[in-house]
Amino acid sequence: MSNKMKEILLRPVFNENPIALQILGICSALAVTSSLKVTSVMCICLTVVAAVSSMLVSLIRNQIPGSIRIIVQMTIIASVVILVDQILKAVAYDISKQLSVFVGLIITNCIVMGRAEGFAMKNPPVDSFLDGIGNGLGYSVILLALAFVRELFGSGTLYGFEVLPIATNGGWYVPNGMLLLPPSAFFLIGLFIWGLRAWKKSQVEAPDFKIAANTPKGETA
Amino acid sequence: MEHYLSLFVRSVFIENMALSFFLGMCTFLAISKKVQAAMGLGIAVIVVLVVTVPANYLIFKYLLTEGALVWTGIDGMEKVDLSFLGLLSYIGVIAAIVQIMEMFLDKYVPVLYSALGVFLPLITVNCAILGAALFMVERDYDLAESTVYGLGAGFGWALAIVALAGIREKLKYSDVPDGLQGLGITFITVGLMSLGFMSFGGIDL
Repeated sequence: MSNKMKEILLRPVFNENPIALQILGICSALAVTSSLKVTSVMCICLTVVAAVSSMLVSLIRNQIPGSIRIIVQMTIIASVVILVDQILKAVAYDISKQLSVFVGLIITNCIVMGRAEGFAMKNPPVDSFLDGIGNGLGYSVILLALAFVRELFGSGTLYGFEVLPIATNGGWYVPNGMLLLPPSAFFLIGLFIWGLRAWKKSQVEAPDFKIAANTPKGETA
Repeated sequence: MEHYLSLFVRSVFIENMALSFFLGMCTFLAISKKVQAAMGLGIAVIVVLVVTVPANYLIFKYLLTEGALVWTGIDGMEKVDLSFLGLLSYIGVIAAIVQIMEMFLDKYVPVLYSALGVFLPLITVNCAILGAALFMVERDYDLAESTVYGLGAGFGWALAIVALAGIREKLKYSDVPDGLQGLGITFITVGLMSLGFMSFGGIDL
């Protein structure tokens, strides 16, 4: 694998993470992360859709007229999502029930749209495929991290296995139900972004206003 | 009547699109810096939802679901099940309706058109719209219910984004730690709002 390909594949994971930096595809990141199993399935689905649809868009990128490109991309993405949805219903019906509308919502997931429009329209198929996988991975890293924290502390389990012995089963851990509720997903993502930006300083946003010091000059105690 | 009122209240407060289902988050975070812009987008979302949810209901009921094509009178139609085409048709319907509305408003209501401006085309890829269509199918709403649901879902979303924009307008004067600046603190704020909305949880009319 050449350096350029590795670059395309790995850049979206930390340096240009679709969720933390580009603010794309947050809807599903929050909604499906209360259990690790469901999250893993969702991540696989999204990565597959992003990679395959980027490749398909890139294959016909020279034939798509500029004025209707959005609807063409959307049709391609929707077809791939339908395929994934049908396969999921056939293979893992329970999980597909739990994901409910969120598999369908991959269509409007801005990561997929954004990469099709922003990368696949200008680059050859193989690069676009890798870019799709890379962005899928960037999305998965954050989702899995979130789901890990939420499931471990929210219900004391990982992938459904009891890791922290729960009080009702004679253990010592009292599950924090708050972590399974919607607000905690927001808090955790906020904290995650804080952590990432403390590490990669270049991603910090400039404040709109500089706060002046409390005491005027010359009156310092 | 009571049933519809209860459905409306539930879709605005308890099942708020943005704060409890996280739908339309991308635009929710991106366009919520100014109250005025948020208001424009909110109204556009309400209008689009009220039109698209019932439209998608009709498509689902009379074209896609199993046995939906019986009215054509062709033999064997009661066995045809096209529901796997759902996703593709909903998104197509949404894109088409948004486009038609844009042209219609441009011609007949130019004031509203210029007020909504760039937000209308953006709405096509707003997952709150597609999400509402999918929830409508999943929960078996009828025509009247889906209209009320569209109105409620849109209203709830608009309420949430305007509230967030109000908070963010004040927030830019505060001293936020470097790493939390911008996106980070917005997430924490939305988390607190979502916590607030959870207190509506027990309400039932």
